[in-house]
Amino acid sequence: MNINMTLIGQTIAFAIFVWFCIKYVWPPISNALHERQKKIADGLDAASRASRDLELAQEQAAETLRESKQQATEILEQANKRASQMIEEAREQARAEGERLVASARSEIEQEVHRAKDELRVQVSSLALVGAERVLEASIDEKAHREMLDKLAAEL
Amino acid sequence: MAAGSEVTATYYIQHHLQNLTFGKHPENGWSLAHSSEEAMEMGFWAIHLDTMGWSIAMGALFIWLFRKAGKLATTGVPGTLQNIIEMVVEFVENTVRGAFHGKNPVIAPLALTLFVWIFLMNLLKLIPVDYVPELFARLGVGYMKMVPTTDPNATLGMALGVFLLIIYYSLKVKGVGGFAKELSLTPFNHWLLIPFNLLLEIIGLLVKPLGLGLRLFGNMFAGEVIFILIALLPFWIMWTLNVPWAIFHILVITLQAFIFTVLSVVYLNAAHEHH
Repeated sequence: MNINMTLIGQTIAFAIFVWFCIKYVWPPISNALHERQKKIADGLDAASRASRDLELAQEQAAETLRESKQQATEILEQANKRASQMIEEAREQARAEGERLVASARSEIEQEVHRAKDELRVQVSSLALVGAERVLEASIDEKAHREMLDKLAAEL
Repeated sequence: MAAGSEVTATYYIQHHLQNLTFGKHPENGWSLAHSSEEAMEMGFWAIHLDTMGWSIAMGALFIWLFRKAGKLATTGVPGTLQNIIEMVVEFVENTVRGAFHGKNPVIAPLALTLFVWIFLMNLLKLIPVDYVPELFARLGVGYMKMVPTTDPNATLGMALGVFLLIIYYSLKVKGVGGFAKELSLTPFNHWLLIPFNLLLEIIGLLVKPLGLGLRLFGNMFAGEVIFILIALLPFWIMWTLNVPWAIFHILVITLQAFIFTVLSVVYLNAAHEHH
């Protein structure tokens, strides 16, 4: 247990080991440690960011889905409305057509009636003329009485 | 080994506490000391081959192990060795961060070296006290005190290294004037009290390495002596004391390495701070 040169020797050894540690041991281990720490921190960051993104995306998807559903209902409603409108229009048209047909038929009938009446009138007037000729036995100047006869026929 | 007469027990203990000394004997010249007396007579110009050998071996083991881990260090998933080494490095780094407030790239590696080196040297103590000396005795080497930290030369040597760093950083950070001022004007800031301050501060400064070295030496030496005493018991009863003492020493070993490291860092921190 004497103090001797071992003291100096030990100090020199100590200095060499510390120097070696500073130069070759500490930096790689410390660097690796800190880099890994950074990597892990980045990874955690990225994970939380990703989950946030996911949440956002899910929200967006839900929003889109809701919108499209709404649109679909709107389109369906419109289509329904359009369909009923079309049916209504068709019905209206059909009715109008029917009425028109009825009206034209009626007017035709009326024309027919008029024509028949006219014919009848002419025939009656000529018949009356014939009758009157027979009655009078005398020749009636057709030209002289024509006007009177026409007036008579118009009155029929 | 077994307890014999008084003389053999004393001889056994003394033999175990004697370093393998190589030095300049006044009569024999440069030679190995053949007894404690011869070693004593060599005075300062002697060297403990066992202390140097084992401490350098442990230092080399530390460097090799940590260098290997450093080479293999990846930022990805670490292996077992890397895990263990990184745990130690991180522990030391956190300790240094807590105790050292300046910025100095030397301090953390210094603390790591101190901690691991002292720990490994202390660890040699858990090898049964007779194994290695007996082996070396068979090989013709008379003395072998295996644990370097039970040699005050080793602990004071490291403390001296730390002391030199304290002086160096004090001068570097505060300048010669600043350091002189700190020594002469604290704790009493009056020119009349300069001699008193100087005395106080220089004693305080010198006590730092002395305390560092002697604390470690004292603990380790005391533990070693107890181990040697336990080894004097009959072999069949030894384990009852040996095992608890060894288990207790796992704690002491780590604690003493830690204390030496932390105090060194604290002292160096004080050397960096202005008052």
